[in-house]
Amino acid sequence: MIELLELLEKDPTLTVEQLAVMLGKPQAEIAAEIKRLETEKIIVKFQAVVNWEKAGVDRVTAIIDVKITPQREVGFDAIAERIYRFPEVRSLYLMSGAFDLMVMVEGKNLKEVSRFVSTKLSTIEGVVSTTTHFMLKMYKESGVILDDKEDDRRLVVSP
Amino acid sequence: MNWSERISPTVNAIPPSGIRRFFDIVADMKGVISLGVGEPDFVTPWHIRESCVYGLQQGYTAYTSNHGLLELRQEIAQRFQHEYGVTYDPRSEALITVGVSEALDLALRAILNPGDEVLIPEPCYVSYTACVLLAGGTPVTVPTTMDNEFRVTTAQLEALVTPRTKALLIGYPNNPTGAIMPKDELEAVAAFAEKHDLIVISDEIYGDLTYSGKHTCFSSLPGMRERTILLNGFSKAYAMTGWRIGYALANPVFIAAMTKIHQYTMLCAPITAQVAAIEALKNGQCNMQKMVDEYNRRRRIMVDGFNKIGLKCFEPKGAFYIFPSIKETGLTSLQFAEELLTQEKVALVPGDAFGASGEGFVRCSYASSTANLTEALERIGRFVKRYL
Repeated sequence: MIELLELLEKDPTLTVEQLAVMLGKPQAEIAAEIKRLETEKIIVKFQAVVNWEKAGVDRVTAIIDVKITPQREVGFDAIAERIYRFPEVRSLYLMSGAFDLMVMVEGKNLKEVSRFVSTKLSTIEGVVSTTTHFMLKMYKESGVILDDKEDDRRLVVSP
Repeated sequence: MNWSERISPTVNAIPPSGIRRFFDIVADMKGVISLGVGEPDFVTPWHIRESCVYGLQQGYTAYTSNHGLLELRQEIAQRFQHEYGVTYDPRSEALITVGVSEALDLALRAILNPGDEVLIPEPCYVSYTACVLLAGGTPVTVPTTMDNEFRVTTAQLEALVTPRTKALLIGYPNNPTGAIMPKDELEAVAAFAEKHDLIVISDEIYGDLTYSGKHTCFSSLPGMRERTILLNGFSKAYAMTGWRIGYALANPVFIAAMTKIHQYTMLCAPITAQVAAIEALKNGQCNMQKMVDEYNRRRRIMVDGFNKIGLKCFEPKGAFYIFPSIKETGLTSLQFAEELLTQEKVALVPGDAFGASGEGFVRCSYASSTANLTEALERIGRFVKRYL
């Protein structure tokens, strides 16, 4: 199962037929396994990694460090949920260290992201402080180097 | 002036590598998918490259001892102890060379007298017979067959051994066939070597790339450590072909003789590459395993692909080559390779480049991306249909 997951994580376009050959297993078994992994939400979603800059689309991404006061019974989770429900929030992690939540927010421009932080995020009850870092350049995303210049430099034929 | 008369007759008699000839045809073509490459498509893992950069910054730019950096020899000895249970003294029984190619040349030059015969199972790597000739020996090739999955049998060896036979040169997992030798069959070869008192040169450069059980190191077989010159290197398993780092492990007498030639001809292997090789051995196992898993998946794609195309091939168990028979197309290996290249722009290597017994086969390397392999198989399928 782990090998199947690794393959799909790297390339979700692989067909059941291809996967069956690569893993040396019957197609029916692979198809059933993928279905199970999806049903159990082990495979959460099949998604493309897009280089929006190259697509000519302007987008602004910010990483926001958020300090919060944990609440009785629910700890950090209740506030986290209030934050991650916003569609502007792309990722959200609970962190160890100097702050509690790391929020990744995406917007069309600087203003839009700023507005989200000042009007939505920082006003949530329990949020003590926010520090916003705007992302300037993306080099690597989801394990992929975006502008990889390492071409195949091998001779066409060699012994 | 006829300068070619001034060339040594030995060199004149050796034909240029069949691969080289084919390379010249391919070099200028565009849009070619190449399955003709005998090296990994992975770039050397970053931690290894980074350690070389650091080594350069630290000023590792001088000669090393003729034997190579002691730390590297120690790491190699440790690995063989751990992997195969064979003990080598890193000080007297190991020599770092410029790839396995140099190690092979040294081994042959160290042991051969003019006219000494060397048994070589074939198809085999292109330089085996040439190196024997350059060392003044006589190569005696032992043809192996697809029916026996290109494994060599003692019956085949017995048929060709003579009182002049000095050594046996084997390379398993095999380039170009992808064949391996199971342990029990290697034991039979060992008994044959013992019976005829032969030196065994075992080129195990693909030893880490096996897909059905672990590789058997020839010198780990009972009684073989003393008569075996074991050759290995970093090119294939660690994707370090261009670094040119190999090594020989053998008893102190062989290593001393080989070192003598090495010190006068090569002096030492490049230090930058030796530094990187230390890092490869210390921290490279995880990356290597990932590459092996990837090759294994591609191997299955190729076997499945050729089965569907209808070309007979046996399932390779090692290295990263598949060696299908193209006899049913009615073409020779060279015709097949040339026509496939012109008609469908797929490059592979005609089997006869690896010896006469490779005629009727072609070598396809699956050290290429899955997308490339799938596309290449489609093109080969289209091509073969025109002849079947």
